[in-house]
Amino acid sequence: MAFLSTLFSQVINGLQSGSIYALVALGYSMVYGIIMLLNFAHGDIIMVGAYVVWISTANFGFHPIVSILLAVVVSTVLGVVIEKVAYAPLRSSPRLSLLITAIGISFLLENGFQLIFGAGAKVVPDFLTGPSVHLGSATISFSAIVTIVVTVLMMAGLTFLVQKTKLGKAMRAVSEDMGAAQLMGINLNTTISFTFAMGSALAGVASVLYLSSYGQASPTMVSMLGLKAFVAAVLGGIGSLPGAMLGGFVIGMAEALVSAAGLSVWKDGVVFAILIIVLLVKPTGLMGKPMTEKV
Amino acid sequence: MKTNRKTIPMPMRYLINTVLIVLFVLASTLFVNSDAVSGYFTKILMVIGINIILAISLNIATGYLGQLPLGHAGFMAVGAYTGGIFLKAVDAAKATGGTYYLYIAAALVLSGIVAGIFGILIGVPALRLKGDYLAIITLGFGEIIRVVLTNIDSVLGFDLTYGASGLKRIPKITTFFNVMLCVVLSCVVIHMVMKSRHGRAILSIRENEIAAESCGIRTTYYKVMAFTMSAFFAGVAGCLYAGYLGSLQPSSFGFMKSIEILVMVVLGGMGSMLGSILSATVLTALPEALRAFSDYRMVVYSLVLVLMMIFKPTGLLGQYDFSLSRILEKLMNPKKSTGKKEGASHE
Repeated sequence: MAFLSTLFSQVINGLQSGSIYALVALGYSMVYGIIMLLNFAHGDIIMVGAYVVWISTANFGFHPIVSILLAVVVSTVLGVVIEKVAYAPLRSSPRLSLLITAIGISFLLENGFQLIFGAGAKVVPDFLTGPSVHLGSATISFSAIVTIVVTVLMMAGLTFLVQKTKLGKAMRAVSEDMGAAQLMGINLNTTISFTFAMGSALAGVASVLYLSSYGQASPTMVSMLGLKAFVAAVLGGIGSLPGAMLGGFVIGMAEALVSAAGLSVWKDGVVFAILIIVLLVKPTGLMGKPMTEKV
Repeated sequence: MKTNRKTIPMPMRYLINTVLIVLFVLASTLFVNSDAVSGYFTKILMVIGINIILAISLNIATGYLGQLPLGHAGFMAVGAYTGGIFLKAVDAAKATGGTYYLYIAAALVLSGIVAGIFGILIGVPALRLKGDYLAIITLGFGEIIRVVLTNIDSVLGFDLTYGASGLKRIPKITTFFNVMLCVVLSCVVIHMVMKSRHGRAILSIRENEIAAESCGIRTTYYKVMAFTMSAFFAGVAGCLYAGYLGSLQPSSFGFMKSIEILVMVVLGGMGSMLGSILSATVLTALPEALRAFSDYRMVVYSLVLVLMMIFKPTGLLGQYDFSLSRILEKLMNPKKSTGKKEGASHE
């Protein structure tokens, strides 16, 4: 029984971290789907969101709801600003330049925040507290419940937005064929900005959820989280939204199970090994569309 | 078509270059070993040399082959650990005379070869993918190398890399002369390969892979070759680094290090060896000169990267490379030089 309850709590842990990976992976996937860019800076938006929560709760003593809203708004604006300043001028240049720019922005955010706030971790006071649930001998913490529920809601909302609304339709059109979509009268700049805004808003939510379980903000806290979420996006098939959700949960579960087996130091290695195997066996990911190359 | 241009015959060019290179190595070594240069300055020069090798080796894969590997520090780590373990095993510090130099040479070559083998192992599967995917998979491999170096001892149960606490007391074999020789040799070898038939095949893959393949170039073979060469020189640089520092930690070969090397290549101009050398020199020397601002180093790095991509995506020098013969020939032909441009810019 002890083994089963350990396994159960590890599965819950896996679902919790998997939810965060999935939310971040959605942002990677949406941006890749629309402008074929691996947005390395996406992970760092979470870091910025976490700092916003820290400033507003620890320094200004705002109500948790206010700081959560602030984090989401700041993340969204930041995502759009990055797109306008750094990526928009490069829309017609080679993809290598775009990729290097994204890496540059990511490093700029990380090191800029390190310069301003110092390298040490900032402790964020508990702002999401509630009763935990007991199931037999296993306990599910409140933050785990919130994380999983919020993630599922977010995914449902996003699916509705992409499938049913006009902007979602525009997004799908642009990702299918940018030129043709433009000819059909779709405003490219608005659609791309909207995609970045949505992805970054999800990252903002992810930053709040991350803080609810780890409670610390530091400049480099997301470098691993970002990379792993990115692995999740590739695993699910980059550009595919259901794929990103699936990939996030798979990576979270894999990590939890490796930890449960007592090999937690190899956690990072296992994640990247999964990535490599997937890329070699099925480079388009679990749910990605195969791409044909034209001469 | 017969032209009246005066040119230098090929053997003469080789002779001039060889003499100049040998003179350069000897003169700089004499200069550094004289009392005019302080130990601190010599150390910076050594780091510059190591960074130059790293930059020109990444330049093979990024500039000439046109791919974007993000795990270059992984190859450096493999070379550094190979060199470090070898030097400790043979106890190079106690050797004297010819044996000492033999050990150093063996360590350098061995590091390069082991890193090269890793290059083949990683390159064969990775180079089947293109563009972004190649960047991701090399990033993954780089991270795995770091994780393995950190944890392998606890799994296998013997002391090889000493895990996170680091490999210590490596004989400090790196001297200015060693570094200088390695830099010059790497430059010469890379330059000669790139001028050869193989080099042109690699360049053709960068320009258009499909067209190159349809012309009968074995693209996979040449891609793996360029990638392996890049890994080999990174391994050599890693060995020099191990011999310079005397202790190694897996955490110093992370993603950050790969990006640092990438910045040097991008800043100098992808595809320009002179650019890589210059930017490696400047980016190593500048933080030393501006010690007070060292906190800002990474911020400046990343800003430079972004601004460079937006305003001058080809880097400072583009694909321009230095050629002594070209300058000499220009001096020998002092006339209206507007009409005729000899060859492409990267020649």
